[in-house]
Amino acid sequence: MNQPVLHLDRVDKFYGEIDKGVHAVKNINMEVMPGEIIALLGSSGCGKTSTLRMVAGFESASRGRILINGREVQTLSPVKRNVAMAFEGYSLYPTVSVRDNIAFALKSSTVDATETGRLVEEMAEMLEISAILERFPSSISGGEQQRVSLARALIRQADLYLLDEPMGQLEPQLRTLLRSRLKYYIKSRNLTAILVTHDQTEANALADRIAVMEDGELQQYASPDQIKERPANLFTGTFVGEPPMNVFPARATVVDGSVQFELAGGLALRYPEAEFQESVRQQIIELKEVVLGVRPYAVKRREDGAPAQVMVNQWLGDQTHIAASFADETIVLVEHDRVRLSDGDTIAIHLEPDDLHVFDPVSGRALSHGRSMA
Amino acid sequence: MSPVERVLRGLAITLVILFFMFPILWILLMSFQTNETILRVPPSMVFEPTLINYRSLITGKLQTAAGSLEIQFMRNLWNSLLLSTSSVAVGLLLGVPAAYAFARLKFRGSEDIAFTLLSFRFAPPLLVLLPLTIYFQQIGLANTYIGLIWVYQLIVLPLILWIVRGYFEDIPADVEYAYRIAGHSWFATFRKIALPLAKPGIAAAGLLAFIFAWNNFIFALVLASADKQPVTVGALAFVTASGIQYGQIAAGIVLSIAPTFALAIYAQRYLVEGLSLGAVKG
Ligand SMILES: Nc1ncnc2c1ncn2[C@@H]1O[C@H](COP(=O)(O)OP(=O)(O)OP(=O)(O)O)[C@@H](O)[C@H]1O
Ligand SMILES: [Mg+2]
Repeated sequence: MNQPVLHLDRVDKFYGEIDKGVHAVKNINMEVMPGEIIALLGSSGCGKTSTLRMVAGFESASRGRILINGREVQTLSPVKRNVAMAFEGYSLYPTVSVRDNIAFALKSSTVDATETGRLVEEMAEMLEISAILERFPSSISGGEQQRVSLARALIRQADLYLLDEPMGQLEPQLRTLLRSRLKYYIKSRNLTAILVTHDQTEANALADRIAVMEDGELQQYASPDQIKERPANLFTGTFVGEPPMNVFPARATVVDGSVQFELAGGLALRYPEAEFQESVRQQIIELKEVVLGVRPYAVKRREDGAPAQVMVNQWLGDQTHIAASFADETIVLVEHDRVRLSDGDTIAIHLEPDDLHVFDPVSGRALSHGRSMA
Repeated sequence: MSPVERVLRGLAITLVILFFMFPILWILLMSFQTNETILRVPPSMVFEPTLINYRSLITGKLQTAAGSLEIQFMRNLWNSLLLSTSSVAVGLLLGVPAAYAFARLKFRGSEDIAFTLLSFRFAPPLLVLLPLTIYFQQIGLANTYIGLIWVYQLIVLPLILWIVRGYFEDIPADVEYAYRIAGHSWFATFRKIALPLAKPGIAAAGLLAFIFAWNNFIFALVLASADKQPVTVGALAFVTASGIQYGQIAAGIVLSIAPTFALAIYAQRYLVEGLSLGAVKG
């Protein structure tokens, strides 16, 4: 097994005094392997930027160790860590042209002028900013500034690239185009990158692994598929996925050889015992009060299902989103065909045991995914 | 704006300009008159212009009722220029890096040191001057340009330090980090990123410092003898045994405010920009 490029070992960040100030990052453990692209996903203020800044060395870790290529870097200045960073606020140099902004990232002692020129042109072409190379940062748009900032980070030879929301300002078309170019650039050079994003499509498309953060804690760190199919807890389950996972509080019992989930509004879902592994069944029954989660695309309509009333039916051009009231809550279904349903229509909903995620309502921890243990 | 409003506004502006400019205009007029025409009763705007005041200043021969007198006005003017320019140069050389350090490195006691430097501006100059005169005489700095330039730092340095420091503080730290992280040294970052960004502030601080240094009177009065004195002190020579030479004083004033005046007009843009806007504009 080769060495991780980045290893965060029980890293804490407090702004202000330790144990008193703002606890922005809480006991994070994470490894990034060479050639990996990691997406850092999480709501605003959850500590993504703080984490990157600690890795870059602009903030010091309050506790824990940060290792880059096996070397502890807590006491090393940013200059010596050999990481590149695209800043959330761009932070371009206002007094020089876009071209120099990018070229300044290359030290003149290591790369000669013609080579620098060539690299800048290449990078500008890739990020569609060739036309603005001679302009100054104050006279270009936000999206252009963002790409200049990204170019400035990517042009360097670094062990690790920290990209803080590098494409947040771009329209979907350009974002999609640049996303694939960025991925090709990183993968073809076997670079290692951590990318903060609010866009789940971007995270899924680019990342080998996704790190989901909330409230300073790392909730789950796994491949996009894993996160989708086996969310570690209620937060990851509901945060990742569009539209979000449907969740219902339920009371689990065993009646006449069936596992029964009693939902609000007098509804009950009943499955033959054999549908669940012995251990899963035991846990569920033992806990009794659980939270059921089901992805919108896994919600089926079937004649013998439980009743729900359609509230909204939206055709998005390639899929239908139906919101229906179900067990005193709202359930969302995604179907791929155009569905003729009007508000108030009754539909019958069926949830396959395979598609059920069962969570502990208190800790939020996942107990089971489908038939197997979490 | 209606025509009436426009006329009223024009009138108001003219009045204000007249009020503030009148003394300067009057002095300009005086500088082209002899003492007799200046002092006649009633005063009049009509006179025969003469260049005699300027001539005597430039040649250094002052004509009074009691006869001819040697003055060193041109020498004083040169001293002013030399003292102010060198003081500001030294002040910038020392003050700008210091301001950067105060803005970026929060070391223990940095606030106190910065404030102490500023407090030199509150202290009455005489308080500093008396002991200083004695020291200077003992170590041979009295009546030297170097000694004067040194003392002028009391005026120049706090000004530069505090204005430029604010400028450096306004530069987002990330802009410098972005450069640092690319492997550039601390000094390269200061030179290539911070300095160019703070340029308007440095220019404004330098100009203000120059004007303050130019207008200083008390330091040079106490510490310098005739051949090292700036115009502010040298103008005392116009108060002669046989009366005050108004015409020559006026011409002297015109000549001595000319450099700062020209500088201020030329640099007005930088001054306003430097003192009112932050370093990095949205
Ligand atoms: N310099 C600071 N001083 C004090 N608190 C800070 C500082 N920087 C960040 N915080 C706090 O730390 C927490 C995490 O901030 P951080 O910038 O890491 O969030 P983020 O995940 O990057 O959010 P976003 O998606 O909005 O960029 C927030 O609660 C924020 O208010
Ligand atoms: Mg952030």
